[in-house]
Amino acid sequence: MIRDITIGQYYPGETWVHRLDPRLKITVTLIFIVALFFVRDFLGYVIAIAALGGVIAISRVPLGFILRGLKAIFIIIVFTFALNMFLTAGTPLIKIGFFTVTREGLYGAVFMALRLVLLIIGSSLLTLTTKPIKLTDGIESLLGPLRVIGVPAHELAMMMTIALRFIPTLLEETDKIMKAQMARGADFESGSILRRAKNLIPILVPLFISAFRIAQDLAMAMEARCYRGGEGRTKLHVLKFESRDAAATLLTALFVLLILFERVYSDEIRAFLAL
Amino acid sequence: MSIKVKDLVHVYGEKSPYETPALDKVSFEIADGEFIGLIGHTGSGKSTLVQHLNGLLKPKSGQVFIGDAEISAKGAKLTDIRRKIGLLFQYPEYQLFEETVYKDIAFGPANLGLSKDDTDDRVRESMSTVGLDFDTFAQRSPFELSGGQKRKAVIAGVIAMRPEVLILDEPTAGLDPKSQRDMLDMLLNIKESRRVTVILISHNMDDVVRIADRIIVLEKGRVALDGPPAEVFAHEEFLTSIGLGLPLAAEFMRELRIRGVDIEGGALTADEAEESLSRYLKAKENVR
Repeated sequence: MIRDITIGQYYPGETWVHRLDPRLKITVTLIFIVALFFVRDFLGYVIAIAALGGVIAISRVPLGFILRGLKAIFIIIVFTFALNMFLTAGTPLIKIGFFTVTREGLYGAVFMALRLVLLIIGSSLLTLTTKPIKLTDGIESLLGPLRVIGVPAHELAMMMTIALRFIPTLLEETDKIMKAQMARGADFESGSILRRAKNLIPILVPLFISAFRIAQDLAMAMEARCYRGGEGRTKLHVLKFESRDAAATLLTALFVLLILFERVYSDEIRAFLAL
Repeated sequence: MSIKVKDLVHVYGEKSPYETPALDKVSFEIADGEFIGLIGHTGSGKSTLVQHLNGLLKPKSGQVFIGDAEISAKGAKLTDIRRKIGLLFQYPEYQLFEETVYKDIAFGPANLGLSKDDTDDRVRESMSTVGLDFDTFAQRSPFELSGGQKRKAVIAGVIAMRPEVLILDEPTAGLDPKSQRDMLDMLLNIKESRRVTVILISHNMDDVVRIADRIIVLEKGRVALDGPPAEVFAHEEFLTSIGLGLPLAAEFMRELRIRGVDIEGGALTADEAEESLSRYLKAKENVR
């Protein structure tokens, strides 16, 4: 159940996508997300899906594994879909009681849902193909220039590394505590909402205690190794921009151009396709 | 309660890159009131196996019967089963959460829906079974107890459910010698009462020999050996080869034999070793 969350999970591999410079991958993901908002019609999505599909194919992450990550936000997608479908004014299609489904509403609903799905898949692909350590290395390096205005880039990156690192640990811990309390007859699956919320106490208290314990142990271990922040720290793996990164940059530029072209000339393209 | 496991197979993280087989066609039967020692190297599947016995994990294939009920079946009533099977995990102190020891031990009985008086009886009874003085400890916070006391409080919380099967995953791990002895004495008491079936997971062969009627050895997710202690520990070479030890006395006798002393095998405890040593020395005397 809680193991289904794919965000922040790494799918091991040695493919071209896996080996790209994390700084580039973060930038490309951001560009992809922004580009999605430039898409005006379904033809634009065809381009985006083709690009995303290409990357997934190269990365060899199984589609099922990626889609499992969508389960967590399924409710949000359904909710957005329903709101868009029922609350958009326009030509009515079907009437169900109070609600009217309009042509524009249905169109908008599919459009928004697709955008959400692509957003999630795009960003989860980043974490699926990048080790958390590399990811935060990339973030630190990208935030580097902001240090002049006082942004603690290294500290932020370190906090993120630690947070990501402990997601699986805390999930495991939760699982362990739940099982232990279930073995004592605790029931998390039935009863009213209030009852169920109360039933969470036997999980939350031990979880907090163990989270604090883990944090304390970690702080102690870091201090014992003389950790004292980013100043003057060198890296074991220095990030380097290589030829595959240049190729990826070109492909991204091509993708952005295609999206923009499609947006500007969408009417002409449609007219052309209709021929 | 009797337990029957048939061709149990379990795989972790199926269809993901982290897929690992954990149990491979495990089968055995445990009769009512038996005291089983379950041993095996780290990662041999012991903890996975015991989680199947109260339905916390579902098998990929195979069956688990508790009494007459098949708990591996779809839609089996697991809450009832969990009430009959007390499971104590490794380093179980983390499951303490209440303000007082009393309330924490009462958590299980309260989940059973018992009345206040019945709950009170059970808390007192289980605290005395594990050797925690009621007046001293009942109203203290479980978080201010020592490691050994915490362990006792947790076990009391499981015993308070009055399980018919008690499964303990390394109950002595990480305890000081005195608490370890207390724990063993408590287990011996439980064994003598003969009211419950016990499965004890342990890495300490001396403990296992001292209290188990029968030993099941797991290796790479399979049952490698299954029988009374004397029979299982006769496979000295095999046990050492899979990274398990022998009881101290057996180890000692084995070393003697390796060094050319022609002495009979089979001693598992210090007393038995003493007997066979004196027999050996007397025999030698007579020859002279």
